[in-house]
Amino acid sequence: MDYLTTIGLEIHVELLTNSKMFCGCPADFGGDPNTKTCPVCLGHPGSLPVMNRKAVESTIRLGLSLNCDISPRSIFHRKNYFYPDMPKNYQISQYDIPLCVGGCLDVEMEGYARKVGITRVHLEEDTGKSLHVGESGRIHGADFSLENFNRAGVPLAEIVTEPDIKSPEEARAFAQLLRSTIRYIGISDGKMEEGSLRVDANISISAGEELGTKVEIKNMNSFKALQRALAYEEERQRKVLNEGGTIVQETRHWDDAAGITHPLRSKEEAFDYRYFPEPDLLPVEPEPAWIDELRESLPELPVARAGRLKSEYGLPVEMVSAIIAEKALADFYEEALKSGGDPREIAKWIAGDLAALLNEQSVDISGSPVTPAYIGELVGLITKKTISGKMAKDLLKETFSSGKSPAKIVKEKGLLQIADEDELMSMVEKVIAENPEAVEDFKNGKEQSLKFMMGQVMKMSRGKANPQITSDLIKQKLS
Amino acid sequence: MSISIEDVEHVAKLAKLVLTDEEKEKFRRQLSDVLDHAKRISEMDTGETEPTSHAVPIVNVFREDERRATLSNEEAVSNAPWAVDGEFKVPRII
Repeated sequence: MDYLTTIGLEIHVELLTNSKMFCGCPADFGGDPNTKTCPVCLGHPGSLPVMNRKAVESTIRLGLSLNCDISPRSIFHRKNYFYPDMPKNYQISQYDIPLCVGGCLDVEMEGYARKVGITRVHLEEDTGKSLHVGESGRIHGADFSLENFNRAGVPLAEIVTEPDIKSPEEARAFAQLLRSTIRYIGISDGKMEEGSLRVDANISISAGEELGTKVEIKNMNSFKALQRALAYEEERQRKVLNEGGTIVQETRHWDDAAGITHPLRSKEEAFDYRYFPEPDLLPVEPEPAWIDELRESLPELPVARAGRLKSEYGLPVEMVSAIIAEKALADFYEEALKSGGDPREIAKWIAGDLAALLNEQSVDISGSPVTPAYIGELVGLITKKTISGKMAKDLLKETFSSGKSPAKIVKEKGLLQIADEDELMSMVEKVIAENPEAVEDFKNGKEQSLKFMMGQVMKMSRGKANPQITSDLIKQKLS
Repeated sequence: MSISIEDVEHVAKLAKLVLTDEEKEKFRRQLSDVLDHAKRISEMDTGETEPTSHAVPIVNVFREDERRATLSNEEAVSNAPWAVDGEFKVPRII
């Protein structure tokens, strides 16, 4: 039976601030346990929280980036529960009046676009970290746990999407686009591996209009894991339904090593958080002028930039997605375009070979020894047929390791491509004379033998032969 | 409005309280009285009244994003009934 997949995401983003959400303790990662704590984030009686202006601004900027309405009045609530990672036994969060509501993000897929609704963006505080001590090394069967509250109170924005996502691939593309957006506006470093970006997913499948029972999945620590976990869960639910079973509403844990989800054994009671307005914090009523100011502080966002690159330079979706993923990379690309080279070629070299070299050497684009101008120069050399594409690959590597400009290396090494017809013809004639079998095959219509002879000429010229002219000459000679 | 023994047990569980049967019955009566009293408020016509979450007419109270002095971890755990090496030690969670 065919099933429709429905996915909604809940994403937590740790905001980049100097201090915590409600107190002046450092909000950065690490440090000895409990050295970034004070009476406020330890929940001591009598201490009072005060909102961090920057965290509120970051959340409003995020909401604006996701096309949300900013609530004219917003309040904080206490979410009550007993768990030792919250020293107060409640988390300060937002409930029915979050800072931002009702936005959307358009995700460009291969051949179509998916509009994903944003239900809300709210602000809350992060929890502390528990270390479970015991033979199992896990919460189940632990002897005791150690609590470190350095992270407790770090500002956290939560984004909730509408169930508009229809496949694991779309979920991944959405999460990646959201991460890019977050990084463009500079509110978080968005590192999934380090937990500053955490994605939980709700997924259900249904045969008809009525939505199926949803299952929540947690613990995906990379975009790849998100897609794999959802694909696994989609298939698991399909099997259950096909065998006449029913889906149980539950939270499942993704085990990346095993490639499966398994149910989290938690207490079987519906959560009753007893939300009530936080009396220690006053409402937020953002002035329109303040919102305008924050809106103006936003850079061109990934969605807008992708649209512009697509329409101005005719780049294909996949290439655009690769280029716009990081603001620095997109800036690099547009800088390289100033050389006047072919936009597609330039994109190809940046998203392809250069990205691979950077990745290999773990260098960030901002620290690339190959400058945007060098990429422009490289593409120019190819277009002018001074060098072949094959030579360009090696040339880029050399530019990367030496930091010298491609034109300079070409000059120093005499790497000029051979485009002189007489010179090439003498090589072609030699190859034809030495390979009678290949010549025979070619005459019998074997395409493969042309490539073989091309290869021989390339070998003879040490890769410098102009491939187009060489190919034309061989065909001309043998026709 | 009368609440049931099950309601009392639920609230006790959420508050991590262990109650005897006598206490449950006592609290059931007392909580019912409190709720009945509070119920009188809902008899008032509040159609024109804005919901009040805060009693003072002040909004937008922020602090700048600046760091302040923190506690040392010895200080942080000094009031904890159970601690080890600057970390709070808690009994098995699940």
